Amino acid sequence: MELFAHQILAGLATGGIYACMALAVVMIYQAIDHLNFAQGEMAMFSTFIAWQLIQWGIPYWLAFGATIVISFAAGVVIERVVLRPVHDAPVLSHVVAFIALLAILNSAAGFIWDYTIKSFPSPFGGGAFLGQGLMSKHDAGMIGMTLAMLVLLYLFFRHTRIGLAMRAAAANPESARLAGIRVGWMTALGWGMAAAIGSVAGMLIAPVVFLEPNMMLSILLYGFAGAVVGGLTSPGGAVIGGFAVGIIENLAGTYIPVVGREMKLSIALCIIVAVLCVKPSGLFGRPVVTRV
Amino acid sequence: MLLRRTGTREPPVATIAGMPLTTWRLTALGIGLVVLAVIPFVMKNFYIFQITLAIIYAIAILGLNLLTGFNGQFSLGHSAFYAIGAYTAAIMMDGFDIHYAWTLPAAAIVCFIFGFLFGLPALRLEGVYLALATFALAIAIPQMLKSSAVEHWTGGVQGITIIKPDAPFGLPLNSDQWLYLFTIIVAVVMYVCGDNLVKSRTGRALIAIRDHPIAASAMGIDVALYKSLTFGVSALYTGVAGALGAIAISFVAPDSFTFSLAIALFVGLVVGGTGSIPGTFFGGLFVLFVPNIAEQFSKGLAGAVYGIILLLVIYLMPTGAAGLVRLISSRLVQQGRAGG
Amino acid sequence: MNRLLEARGLCAFYGATQVLFGIDLSIDEGGITTLLGANGAGKTTTLRSLSGMCRTHGDIVFQGKSIAGRGTEDIVRLGIAHVPQGRGTFSRQTVEENLEIGAMTRRDRRAIATDIERVYAYFPRLKERHRQQAGTLSGGEQQMLAVGRAMMLRPKLMLLDEPSFGLAPLIVEELFGILRTLNRTEKVSMLLVEQNAALALDLADDAYLIETGRLVTTGPARQLRDDENIRRSYLGY
Repeated sequence: MELFAHQILAGLATGGIYACMALAVVMIYQAIDHLNFAQGEMAMFSTFIAWQLIQWGIPYWLAFGATIVISFAAGVVIERVVLRPVHDAPVLSHVVAFIALLAILNSAAGFIWDYTIKSFPSPFGGGAFLGQGLMSKHDAGMIGMTLAMLVLLYLFFRHTRIGLAMRAAAANPESARLAGIRVGWMTALGWGMAAAIGSVAGMLIAPVVFLEPNMMLSILLYGFAGAVVGGLTSPGGAVIGGFAVGIIENLAGTYIPVVGREMKLSIALCIIVAVLCVKPSGLFGRPVVTRV
Repeated sequence: MLLRRTGTREPPVATIAGMPLTTWRLTALGIGLVVLAVIPFVMKNFYIFQITLAIIYAIAILGLNLLTGFNGQFSLGHSAFYAIGAYTAAIMMDGFDIHYAWTLPAAAIVCFIFGFLFGLPALRLEGVYLALATFALAIAIPQMLKSSAVEHWTGGVQGITIIKPDAPFGLPLNSDQWLYLFTIIVAVVMYVCGDNLVKSRTGRALIAIRDHPIAASAMGIDVALYKSLTFGVSALYTGVAGALGAIAISFVAPDSFTFSLAIALFVGLVVGGTGSIPGTFFGGLFVLFVPNIAEQFSKGLAGAVYGIILLLVIYLMPTGAAGLVRLISSRLVQQGRAGG
Repeated sequence: MNRLLEARGLCAFYGATQVLFGIDLSIDEGGITTLLGANGAGKTTTLRSLSGMCRTHGDIVFQGKSIAGRGTEDIVRLGIAHVPQGRGTFSRQTVEENLEIGAMTRRDRRAIATDIERVYAYFPRLKERHRQQAGTLSGGEQQMLAVGRAMMLRPKLMLLDEPSFGLAPLIVEELFGILRTLNRTEKVSMLLVEQNAALALDLADDAYLIETGRLVTTGPARQLRDDENIRRSYLGY
């Protein structure tokens, strides 16, 4: 029983990482109606920027804030420069644009900062928060930050006019344009916010998994899994989904004999497929009704 | 109202420079086949090998195209079927000493079954959700191949080395030339079958499902069955390509079949043009050669150069190479009409 | 009376296909103008051209300023509210949020709040359902919501695309009554596209009749209504 409780706690700790990423995934899905496969690389690149700032001697929290601002601006610029030209093109072209973005960011990061593993500081310290080796202070801080971001996002979308305008632009672009909303800029804003949230996720994850250009690939998959489990239309669901994926992963690794360490990624696959088969719109998502 | 009277009842035949469009198409096909037939006798072995690989990729992309281009189902996970095909061939040749030609139908059957089974749960998924499930498959496959449970068969991280076949019947060809011709023969068979499939009643059903699934099912098309079958056939094509790839490279290892292969196939599909069968050839060439070209620009920034080329390609040809050809030929046809 | 909007030689295109072939149209300030014609005549396209939603040639002048070629968002901000075909409901948002979206270009929070109350006064049924998701409203209620959303812009000109489409006759009567009141008391000019010609001619002051993208005739609504020939050949009643 004790082992079980321990595994759940440890699962919550890793789940915090996934929840963070899942939140960023859902954010951009809300803004652009696509999954952005370059999201992990964007977060990785932001984290490198933060690392560079800290290397230059800038205090952690200042670098943290500056990275968020830089990432936001970069997200807006990426939308305007890279994606605006293809906004009328078929969906498949968008996916190719994301892939191109992924290749560019990954290679540029490797070129600028090379591929050696770097350690990234934690603002919360590395000591134990709960028990020995179960949940560190950093894990707890990361979970707290994720929940705080969720609350802020909720307030932003529910209670500000610009949040309402963003929701309107995503839900029905043509009608939003007829209400005078600048839909193109709302999309760019969505990219900016997603990049900013991604940068926070990256900076919180980096102390756990270490910083290198390929750090995000598997985490992005878990983030997608979390987002899908929770439902791509629900930020709160995505966070819960992220924690769920973390816990399931840990329990499966402990209790299912064959799985072990090496098959953990496959767990994410099974979770995704299983949830999608039972509830195609996720546990907390809204089913889409099509008119003929 | 007055009806405008034209000379003929039939719609005018689209022509460019006086030649009907169909003639142009046949000419292009003929020239292409001649060029393909000449290549092994005029080029260096290394280039023959590279073009063999490009054609193998083209077959895999054709498989993906059947699924995405003609049936409207996303997949970012076709590297998985490619891997299964490759491993089927390698295990049969290495473990059981079976002749390489027999591995192709075996890979076809195995991949069809895998694809069909994966297609069943995928039935409930559309658009991004399906993309995601297949993306997960692409990431999970290399890990599964490495896993200790199947290490005895797959050789784990080390992979399997197989022997490159020589030309049969004492033909005066080296093994690269022979593999090239063998690949071309397989490719021609696969393309003819694919073309027939797309133009058949079944093909029309697939396209109907892509364009309007609800209307298609209202017309009595068994959407579920057709979608899973398409997944199976698509996996079959990609699996055969995988088997050919294993024979050509004479080596398989888990890390050859990562997510980047899935992405490469997907890119080849979009760049060639979704829903176009000849476009897959362009896709195969792109997938094989553009990364090399990018590397020549700059070693360190090869990925970035590749990404930029990719962006330029989709800016300039948003509907792929096939779309560009269609656009140009329709312009030429219009000019011909305006001139005549 | 002053000219509020004037279009000269308006041509419109979808891709390479030309849909409008040089339409001249003018709307008087404070009036209701109706645009009639059969299916596919180009009525909706005319409205879409005026609010910058398709590629056009020709000149469009609104309150003395040329708006041809401008973006939809900018045209809307000048005070042209377009109630689109299909009503453009934000179905996942609540009724009240829909109205707030309509006022997104305005900054005067207090006036927005009073305007929402004013819309509710015109359409009491919307007030009853103000916290409900707009997608769950009936067709008639969604049409009222669409008009209400357009009112929130405090427009000078309202472009209405077949507001009677798919509604029960009683609801249509109620809606058109409200449109008349809006025109009288709020001084909103209107350009009304309708298939139901009898209804539109009753409400409108002026009428335009188009066929396959060209103007057939124009004149006071009463005159078109009484013209036996036009009624038989084009309006079909």
